[in-house]
Amino acid sequence: MVDSKVVLTGQTLAYTFYCLVIILLMVWFAIKVTSKGKGLAVKPAIFYTFVGFLTVLGVSLHLITFNTIPWAEMDLNRSDYKPDKTFVIKVKDHQFIMPSEKLVINVNDKVLFDVQSEDLTYGFGLFRNDNSMMFQMQVVPGHRNDLLWQFDREGIYTIRSTEYSGPKGVYMILKDAVQVIPTNTTN
Amino acid sequence: MSFIKTFIDGEEGLFKSDTLTPMQKLTLRFVVVGLIYFGFVVIEGMLMRLYEVKPLPFITEPQFFAILTAHPLVGIFGSTYSIVFGAFLFLVPFLMKKPLWSIKLGNWTLILVAVGTFIFWFAGFVSHYAPLYTLYWPLPADFTQFSVWGGTFFIVGIALVMVGSAFFVLNIFKTITYTPDGWEKQPSKALLASALGITGFRNLFTKNKKEHLVPLPVAAVARGSVDVALNTAIILFTGVLILVFMVAAIMGFDLKSTAIDALLYKNWFWWGLDLIADGLVLIFVAGTWYLLAMMISGKPLFMQNIARAALLVELVVSWTVWSHHLLSDQAQPAYLKVLSGEMVTAFELITQGLAFFITLATLWSARPLKMTNPLKFLLGGLLGFALAVPAGIMQADVGLNRILHNTQWIVGPHVHVAILVGLTMTLYSAIYILFPLLTNGAKLYSQKLANIHFWCHLIGGIGMGAFMGMAGLNGMLRRSLYINGEFNTYMILAALSGTLLLIGFLVFFYNIVMSVGIKGVIGIFTPAKIKTKELIASN
Repeated sequence: MVDSKVVLTGQTLAYTFYCLVIILLMVWFAIKVTSKGKGLAVKPAIFYTFVGFLTVLGVSLHLITFNTIPWAEMDLNRSDYKPDKTFVIKVKDHQFIMPSEKLVINVNDKVLFDVQSEDLTYGFGLFRNDNSMMFQMQVVPGHRNDLLWQFDREGIYTIRSTEYSGPKGVYMILKDAVQVIPTNTTN
Repeated sequence: MSFIKTFIDGEEGLFKSDTLTPMQKLTLRFVVVGLIYFGFVVIEGMLMRLYEVKPLPFITEPQFFAILTAHPLVGIFGSTYSIVFGAFLFLVPFLMKKPLWSIKLGNWTLILVAVGTFIFWFAGFVSHYAPLYTLYWPLPADFTQFSVWGGTFFIVGIALVMVGSAFFVLNIFKTITYTPDGWEKQPSKALLASALGITGFRNLFTKNKKEHLVPLPVAAVARGSVDVALNTAIILFTGVLILVFMVAAIMGFDLKSTAIDALLYKNWFWWGLDLIADGLVLIFVAGTWYLLAMMISGKPLFMQNIARAALLVELVVSWTVWSHHLLSDQAQPAYLKVLSGEMVTAFELITQGLAFFITLATLWSARPLKMTNPLKFLLGGLLGFALAVPAGIMQADVGLNRILHNTQWIVGPHVHVAILVGLTMTLYSAIYILFPLLTNGAKLYSQKLANIHFWCHLIGGIGMGAFMGMAGLNGMLRRSLYINGEFNTYMILAALSGTLLLIGFLVFFYNIVMSVGIKGVIGIFTPAKIKTKELIASN
């Protein structure tokens, strides 16, 4: 499965390009609308084309991401997948209660993180050593909060609560709590 | 004219508060209160930004989160609601060519919004009550972290603002439909149907098309006010629910927080909150763009009927998009994530894009235009939403939300750019264009300062959003603290952008005070000596 960092890079490039285009467009409009010239009515055909373009854009964004971001489909249909490994993690009093000190995962294994809150709403996220986010989900008390993920490379990850649960929530960090290792090196 | 004389009497002494009607005074009071609370928000924002770089010795961590809780609420209710309510309580009667239904109720709206905001801000400041505006259950009733008394006053403050909001809605709809004393009987039902879009909807299916009885901007205000009313009901109900737990705790009873389903509550709360973020804000803004475009260009609105229909679509869309806030909630049904969270939310790209195009096309029809303050701020506002709406559409995606939710991306390029650049610059445009109308021809003190205000606000707002967004893409969470300075580079750059915003605001505030004089500012808050009717008659 493609690493989420690749998706973020793609998004950064696309949005930056869009921002530059729209800023330049507004600068052009500001210059033209105040320059000498005749005020002409915009043809309705241009307007309808623009609305059609927005419709295609709005719908195609989701179709593209659904077909290119692997976890999107896996997330919506996760009952169709059988996890290779499941970790049940409990959260209470602003503490993650782990099944073991370190969660060890094989590369390419499908892992289900089943996180259960016993008091407040929390978040559950995995972060790389450079602090960038691998993924996250909400942890709502009284409900099943399970996320299926496939790691495509080795690495060590930190668990952090990604939802505000009062000032104490800032310190809900488990440094280097997840380790992804090459296939067939664990039991 | 000497500096002291201008400071006291205003630019060329043109502003005479004695000549103002109660309606003008009411609106100016709203604007003053709104700007003061905007000052609160900018200063609080700067304090938090500096704290994100390096904890400040005079602010504790609980205090930081109390500021974080109050910051958006003061911004939305204390500042934006005040300015928007003030502007619309002036514009609706102005455009309907009849007096406001009740000046008294308008003043009560102002008092309740101003006092309510101060109460919840002060309660948070003193007690550090900080469940954040999201109020995820059972956090607001977690009395191991928060003071129950602080929370009680906090909720009472919010409730007062909501009562003020309800008064605003009542005043708007009564103004549209009522018959002033001595006037020919007004067709109340037909006016209401036109304002809500029912007439336009019926016209789609009948040959005998009825004319629109209310101007387009009034229709926008009416439809946005529907969302204000619904949001008021949701927030009031939620407040009462939290108060029940608080009052029980004060009386020594510990009510079971598990009696409320956390996910159901989350759906309920976001449905209500989205009536603001994805409802009334977008509808009010579109209506304001249309009005400004017509006033600036002097031309009729491009594609007026489509614009009117789009406002109705926007209203319906605002009731059905809440699930984009729950894309990372695994228990949220998948069909709600896809339909409400992704597909219906994508409609906002269409409705807001359509409003963007219609406004630009209207301006284009009147070229060449002079680059006045209203025009430049309107273009800034349009740019703000053109940047912020697609950022929101991107995060309202099942795939991308997994790596964007609760990061600084959400609150930077989307929320702050939408509010600071999109919404606030639109409001500034409205303030600049209404300034002569509201002050009976007072002159702006300095055009140079207005230009500085524009550039500082535009660059500061976009810059802040951009650097927060970069931090978010690199993993920085919102509603959190990084005590080891992991994201300091981005936060320092965002703080510098915030400084520009602060400078822009101070320059604007100074320019306005020097325009009307300190005597004029005080005069705004004294009782009016002439009646609104007299001004309407003279116009």
